[in-house]
Amino acid sequence: MSTAVSTDPFLDVRGVHKRFGENIVLSGVNLAVPRGNVITVLGKSGTGKSVFLKCLAGIVRPDSGEIRFDGQSLNAGDAVCRAEFRRRCSYLFQSNALLDSLTALENVALPLEQTTQIPNREIRDRCMEALRQLDLEKHRDRYPSQLSGGMQKRLALARAIVTRPELVLFDEPTAGLDPLRRNAVFEMIVKYQRQFGFTALLVTHDLPEALVASDQVALLDGGRMRFQGTPEAFNASDDPTVRAFRDSPGELRNTIAALRRGENVNTSNDL
Amino acid sequence: MTRALGHYTLSIVRELGDFAAFTSRSFTAAVGSRKLGRRVVRAIYEQGVRCVPVILIVGLFTGLVLGLQGYYVLNKFGSSGLLGTLVSLTLVRELAPVLAALMLVGQAGSALAAELGIQRNSEQIDALETMGASVHAYLISPRLIASVLVFPIQTAFFTLIGLLGGYLSGSVVLALQPGVYWSAVYHAVHPMDVRECLIKAVVFGFLTIAICAYNGFNAHRRKSSTGARAVSASTTRAVVQSSIVVLAADYIITSLLV
Repeated sequence: MSTAVSTDPFLDVRGVHKRFGENIVLSGVNLAVPRGNVITVLGKSGTGKSVFLKCLAGIVRPDSGEIRFDGQSLNAGDAVCRAEFRRRCSYLFQSNALLDSLTALENVALPLEQTTQIPNREIRDRCMEALRQLDLEKHRDRYPSQLSGGMQKRLALARAIVTRPELVLFDEPTAGLDPLRRNAVFEMIVKYQRQFGFTALLVTHDLPEALVASDQVALLDGGRMRFQGTPEAFNASDDPTVRAFRDSPGELRNTIAALRRGENVNTSNDL
Repeated sequence: MTRALGHYTLSIVRELGDFAAFTSRSFTAAVGSRKLGRRVVRAIYEQGVRCVPVILIVGLFTGLVLGLQGYYVLNKFGSSGLLGTLVSLTLVRELAPVLAALMLVGQAGSALAAELGIQRNSEQIDALETMGASVHAYLISPRLIASVLVFPIQTAFFTLIGLLGGYLSGSVVLALQPGVYWSAVYHAVHPMDVRECLIKAVVFGFLTIAICAYNGFNAHRRKSSTGARAVSASTTRAVVQSSIVVLAADYIITSLLV
């Protein structure tokens, strides 16, 4: 599944810390993202996956640590590098974050209109092409509220890829979707990653789909990356945190079976 | 106690600095922004066309009441012929710019604060930032430009309909000769009065929309409330602050120009 694997990471995260008041969310996160890969950051709900992604995107400022993109530092003060990063990177929000007062076509055109000097005709052509690729051509004049959840997700992806980014950050792209739609979203991500060649960094807690769709997976727990490697290495890992996350479906089966038998079982309160 | 007062003062100074940076960035960001004209036209529609009915209704009733009260008071001194002077100068110098601004705070300003607050809450503003777009140029600049264009026109509408209201009270309902009323209006209002009115309208328009935009844009920064409550709190704050600032600015401008 892996494509070109470079020794020099495309995105290199070193020792990122972030706290909100007394709540320490990230305490020294390291992650190396090779160019052209699909890499998924797994973790329980509330472990700071979205905060981590927002630190990368520049929406949240890390307290310390270094983020390097294609060899350039994105730390505070490097405004030119940050602007370059934004030009080459797209972010797919968990909520899609579509502008609700704009039509589907206007939403897709927005990043090109506001960040480039491309002529209007070419912008329209590129947007129509992106909408066509995601089967949204017929819905170009509809507003986001008039589209289904799946369509909104595809529209957000169309907006993310229309600038032809080199890196796309996906924040919980399958949150709230049923299993069939979850599969469809992962298929869509891998399909367009192959088609456009961008590097994809996802955060999710959908373990089976992530293991199938990703070139690499990482596990965020307790504010640190507990694991980074291939899905095969993840499946073979003896690390207790990895095992607890990986074996959770089996654990659930055993716990439910014991409860049905009337046994006294200590259920997890870790919600 | 002293420490708390110091912290409070510092927070106000910081807030004023943020507000100044916010408005200046919004103006500078407009330079070279694509499709700015289209967004300005839309903002003119929101702040201008949609607010015309309320401006006309409030302006008419203000003129009617001024005419009624003014006539009875002036008549006691045998000076009912000065009704046109009273209505026109009161409207042009004070009531039209202030009341029009307060009406626009209630209609366009509160809507703007709520809209920006919701866009902040639903990550639409974050989305604009991550795509590298200038959020100020896209969301704020058109509204500020529209405000300095629209408010003087709204104020002129308010004044004209108010004068008509004064005429209806004084000459249609009561016994004042129409010619006396309109002649007094014509002779009372000087170009300097109109200049004062327009200066106030531009300043009030700019301040109200800037304050409402600032509050909505920063709805997420308040620690005391989150989500929908943050939107409602920022909208309320925007309306209250704008209204107070309009009245304070009115006093300052009047004392400078009188």
